[in-house]
Parts: sequence; C-alpha cells; structure tokens
Amino acid sequence: MKKLLNRKNIISILMAILVYVLITCLVSSGILSRHYQSLLVPVGINIILAVSLNLTVGFLGELTLGHAGFMSVGAYAGCIFSIYSNLPVYIELPLSLIIGGLVAALFGVIIGIPALRLKGDYLAIVTLAFGEIIRSVFTNLEITGGAGGLKGIDKTSNYTIVYIIAIITIIVISNLVRSRHGRAICAIRDNIIAAESVGINVVYHKLLAFVIAAFFAGVAGVLYGQNLGILKPSTFDFNKSIEILVIVVLGGMGSIAGSIISAVIITLLPEVLRGLADYRMLIYAVVLIAMMILNSSPKFAEFKQEVVHKLKGNKVGEGKEEGDGSIRG
Amino acid sequence: MGFIEQLINGLNLGSIYALMALGYTMVYGIAKMLNFAHGDIIMVGAYTLSLVMTNLGMPPIIAILASVVVCSLLGVTIEKIAYKPLRSASPLTVLITAIGVSYFLQSVALLIFGSNKRKVESAITMSGIKIGALELTGESVVTLGVTILIMVGLTLFIKKTKLGKAMLAVSEDKGAAQLMGINVNQTISITFAIGSALAAVAGVLFVSSYGFVGPYTGSLPGIKAFVAAVLGGIGSIPGAMLGGIILGIIESLSKAYISTNLSDAIVFSVLIIVLLVKPSGLLGKVRMDKV
Repeated sequence: MKKLLNRKNIISILMAILVYVLITCLVSSGILSRHYQSLLVPVGINIILAVSLNLTVGFLGELTLGHAGFMSVGAYAGCIFSIYSNLPVYIELPLSLIIGGLVAALFGVIIGIPALRLKGDYLAIVTLAFGEIIRSVFTNLEITGGAGGLKGIDKTSNYTIVYIIAIITIIVISNLVRSRHGRAICAIRDNIIAAESVGINVVYHKLLAFVIAAFFAGVAGVLYGQNLGILKPSTFDFNKSIEILVIVVLGGMGSIAGSIISAVIITLLPEVLRGLADYRMLIYAVVLIAMMILNSSPKFAEFKQEVVHKLKGNKVGEGKEEGDGSIRG
Repeated sequence: MGFIEQLINGLNLGSIYALMALGYTMVYGIAKMLNFAHGDIIMVGAYTLSLVMTNLGMPPIIAILASVVVCSLLGVTIEKIAYKPLRSASPLTVLITAIGVSYFLQSVALLIFGSNKRKVESAITMSGIKIGALELTGESVVTLGVTILIMVGLTLFIKKTKLGKAMLAVSEDKGAAQLMGINVNQTISITFAIGSALAAVAGVLFVSSYGFVGPYTGSLPGIKAFVAAVLGGIGSIPGAMLGGIILGIIESLSKAYISTNLSDAIVFSVLIIVLLVKPSGLLGKVRMDKV
C-alpha cells in the first residue's frame, strides 16, 4: 500500500483531479465551444492509445504497426457485447470496456507468442499484416456489419469516462514502467543479450508489454465506438496505426508525459488550423523523419542538453532523467 | 476463366512482385534495413511514365527510361538524406524513418496529383499471342520475359562484376569490406539506385497491366512484395524471385476460388505461417546473434 501511495502518485492524482475540474468548468460555463467539446473524447482516446503504444515502442523497443488492429478487435468485441446485452449502463459500460480490453489482449497473446520470436523489422511486418487481416475479416463478417459498419451502438461514453480511463491507463503504465517488470522491459530494449544473461525472462516480459499495450488499445477502441455510435473497418487501417506512432515519436519514445502532450497537440492541430488539414500527412511524415534524424545526431543531443541545463538552472543532476526521446541500444 | 488462365495471371502478378521483392532483398542484404518507401517508388515510377507519355507525348520507350532514371535518382537521394545519417542508429530508428519517407512520398503525390486515380495507357504495345487454346496478353508476355531477363542479368552482375562482388562483401561484413578498400557508402548508394530502377520497371509493368495509378498505388503491392521477399528468404535473390511468383499465384488463385475480399488476408496469413515455420524464409540463410 505504501508503494502505491507514494508522493509522486498522490501529486499525479491531485493534478488529474484538478485538470478534470478545470475541463468541467470550461465545459459547463460554455467557454469551450461545442466543437471543442466534441474533441475532448478523441484527445482522451489518443492519449490512451499513445501511452499504451509507448510501452511497446518506447520502453520495449519493438515496433508494432498493428495498434489500430488491436483497437478494432477490442472495439468490435466491446460494442457487439453492449448491443446484445440489455444491462443497465453502469454495469454494461465497465463490462464492455473490460471485454474489449480482454479480447484485444487475447489477440495480443495469439499474435505475440509467435511474433515476438521475430526481431525488429519482422515483428513490424507481422503486426502490420495482422492489422490488415483483421480489417479484411471485419469487412467480410456479418456480425460486424461488413464494410457498412456496425451501427446502433449505445452512445454511453462521454469525456468523463474517457478521462477516468485515460488516467487509469497512465497510472498503470507509468507504475509498470517503474516497477521491477518495467526495468526488465527497459533492459531488454537496451541490450537483449545482456538482459538474458542476467536472468530476465525475455519472452515473458516482451509478451507482458505487448499484451498490456493491446489491452489498453482495445479499451480505447470500445470508448471510440461508444462515443461515435458506429464502427467502420476502414477507420482502423494502417494510417491509424501510423498516426499513433507519430504521436509516440513526437512526444519522445520512452516518455509518458511526452506522449500525453503530443496526443493533445496532434489531435487538436488539424482542428485548430483548418488550412493544415490537407498537409496533415505531409507534416506527419516530416515529423517522423526529422525526429529520427535529429535524435540520432550527436550535435542535437548536445544542444538539447544545453537547453535543459539552462531551463533547469542549478537543479541539473538532481532529477532523474525519464527518457529523453532518444533510443538506446 | 480456367485454372491455367488463373495460373498465368498469378505468374504475371508474381513477376511484378518478384521485381519489387528483388529491390527489397538487395537493400535489406546490404543496408540491413527494410526500405518501407520501396513500394512508393513504384508509384513515382508509374506517375513519371504517365506524365512523360501523356503530357509530353513521348514514345513509351523514352517514358520507361525516364521513369527508371527518375526512380534511381530518387532512391539515391532518399538514401543520402534520410538513411545515411542513421547508419549507426538502432533498427527501430531506421524503420520509423523509412515509414516516414513512405508517408512523405504518398502525401507529396497526393498534394500534386490529388486523390483521384489517373488513367495510364499501357506502355507495352505488343499484341497478345495464342498458344493452342491459351491466350496470353502482350503485357503478361513482356512482364514474364522482362522479369526472367532482369533476374539472369542481376545474378550475373553480382557474381561476375567487381561491383557486384563488392556488394556481396558489404552485405557480409561492412567493416571488413571497408578494410579491403571497398567504398562502402558508394556501394550502398549503387544498391539503392539498382533497387529503385527495378522498382521503376515493376511500376511500369504494374500500371501497364492495371491501367491506373494513384498516390497509394504502391503501398499495398509494396508490402506484399516485402512479404514475397520474406517468404523467399530475405537477402536471397533467387528467393525473392521464388517468393514473388508463389505469392502472385496464391493471390490470383484465392481471388478466383475463395473470395476477392479475403485474398489480402490470405496473403498475409501465408506470411505469418511461413515466419512461424521457417523464420529465415524458403531459401534464406540462418544468421546467429553474436555478442
């Protein structure tokens, strides 16, 4: 219990409540227009997706391109359950979220056990293939409504629920990363051979990270479906996976705070700057390339450290560095 | 259509996959990276062909040469700007960059040409031939012929010429190759140029058979070609050929006899099964991890 209620956690929970109160005030006082209110849920969903993808890409160091696939599996499972069950909302909603997450996690195990034996590029391609297979299967199944989509989902999710789930996701993943298992996951990223030789069960920890990420992607999918009321297989294509990847990369791989900030930016940017909508993909592409090249150039690393020095003033060396966006190993 | 026609269709498609897979395999063998943008180079080649033929009114042969030149230059430029600074970076970094490049090419094409597909005249003017009851279109005859020719030429190039041997050396061990006086950077550039030229040829054959090009034309065939390269064993040139042909036939037969909509799912399932049973592919070498 002491572990769970440390100072850092209490501060984060207080922050979370404060932010929620702020949003509620903005919504109820009408400062936030209807249009921006409708963006609160997508922002929250993208935060869940980005933080969970960061666990595999940032902390485990394995690129998965099938996050949208897990999202869709969870979304369909949870939403089909909520359509066919006639339970009261306060039971149905949590149940459908859990079902969505568990089904996505199950697929995570099914895909993960074979795929995690493969390395790097192969894993990326297998997860990509998984996403495509799922999409074409859902387009052809009857229970999922085919290409026309699954209609008539109860619109039960609102920004409060999405906010709570996002906070839970952040707490679970940031605590996992700081735990013994999290350190093992980071060790695998940094040097797999060294990790193996100090007795870390590589397969287990890889699978753990993969499955937890899939679980939260599934939950995010259910929230997405219950917010829109309709699910279409074409939403969960390769581009969706790339969008989540862009959020993670922009925020800094291995930085949860970075993922949250960049999820907000990437979701709001095309809406704030309407003219940019056409250039959205181009901007994503440039962000991906530029971040990668900058982060591997030693000069930029020096420059970044100087900036951090100046910003932090005397406090340098005190704070533990929690992921600086670069990838090691 | 009968079984034989479907088989020919599959061979035709498979040859195009094989040409693309050759590019993947060569780049993967030498630069140890999955060039995600390879599929989109095919799209650029197809657009170049269409622009030179339709807008400039040039004969097909010049258009084909133009698209080969444009794609080779593009391939080398991409390598110089995006991949070269990342030689010592982790595979994850390089892979994300390659995805970025692929996205970049697609979005630039989208901004220039719009999302509507553009009709392309076939660059192949040969008429079809008839063997008994079997009718072959000019496109499939040329596609098969060109693929076999390129395959043989490439094998001879790598086995017999100095440059080809340098490529083999770099793919075995970069450091040792450099010590032997091989210009590693130049060899990698040439590999990208050849790979992209092959992509251009594949692009020309692809649009000649299908008649349309759009900003996303290259992405799915690109991924399937990668599947073909993995299926045959990445890094192996005959493997890429074999993988491409097998994949093309599987796709064509599953479209004909199972379901058009599920054919992609079947192709990708084949990839997963192959990687599970034989992770190094049909003709690939097993590499051990060293500390």
